[in-house]
Amino acid sequence: MSRPAHRRPEYHKINKDLFVLTYGALVAQLCKDYEKDEDVNKYLDKMGHGIGTRLVEDFLARSCVRRCHSYSEIIDIIAQVAFKMYLGITPSVACNNSSRNEFSLILDKNPLVEFVEELPAGRTSLCYCNLLCGIIRGALEMVHLDADVAFLQDRLKGDSVTEIGITFLKKPDEKKYRRKK
Amino acid sequence: MVDAVLFEFLHTEMVAELWAHEADPDPGPGEQKMNLLVLESMGFRVGQALGERLPRETLALREELDVLKFLCKDLWVAVFQKQMDSLRTNHQGTYVLQDSSFPLLVRMASGLQYVEEAPKFLAFTCGLLRGTLSTLGIKSLVTASVAALPACRFQVVVQRS
Repeated sequence: MSRPAHRRPEYHKINKDLFVLTYGALVAQLCKDYEKDEDVNKYLDKMGHGIGTRLVEDFLARSCVRRCHSYSEIIDIIAQVAFKMYLGITPSVACNNSSRNEFSLILDKNPLVEFVEELPAGRTSLCYCNLLCGIIRGALEMVHLDADVAFLQDRLKGDSVTEIGITFLKKPDEKKYRRKK
Repeated sequence: MVDAVLFEFLHTEMVAELWAHEADPDPGPGEQKMNLLVLESMGFRVGQALGERLPRETLALREELDVLKFLCKDLWVAVFQKQMDSLRTNHQGTYVLQDSSFPLLVRMASGLQYVEEAPKFLAFTCGLLRGTLSTLGIKSLVTASVAALPACRFQVVVQRS
């Protein structure tokens, strides 16, 4: 008896490729619609934000994360649970400052760029994966955390690593311990 | 392993954004069509690329009906984790593929409430089908219709030169 169709390895591959290919088609379309790289980047971030606000529900429903008491715990969860669940990768985490509100996620592998060898001609400032920044920002917003999320380094731009910087913004009435909803 | 749910979220966002893009509170039928075309052509590109990644034996399918059966079973399962519910044909190049519970429509309310919005959620998939067929050597026109969510119907008309 052969294995169920959807478990065959080639179909797993198609499923994984579907998102990556669709994302590529989206970026290509946005490059057609917008001349300036900054505009494409902004649009990707905005779309990512919309996705993130909804993805966080899916994440919380499927993972058994405990309440977090610090920014670094949250970053660990993003890197070790969320990235693993959705993209199958585990970026490494670094804390960039002593007040412990600036962090970096360093992506060794990145499925989103699997079919991208280099940025399109004339698109040197394009943050190809900017959707990811928006997703993280939108998801954090839904748990009442404001953060700036942006690419600090990008292999596609010639840097040695791909690094996402997450800076938690302090709000005036911020409590020391945050309750996760 | 990229999670299947990411595609669904991305697709929903694309539909929402490509519509808001026009920022026209009352887009004329011409503008609506343009957005549908954009989604469809994106789906086409992805379908073509997916077609190139199919197992070898698929590319060797010679009979048109076999290719359509493949789309209904294997491709649909690979993409949407379920098979198409029915396939009908007039044996003269027209095929009707019916999905009683199309995953990209399931999150919307069921029944008649959002039938008008449904085409936006089907355009990409129509393109996907058309693109995959194209890689498999079949030129076609693919349209979709919805009677009541989440059931929908894809019509494939093979273009013979």
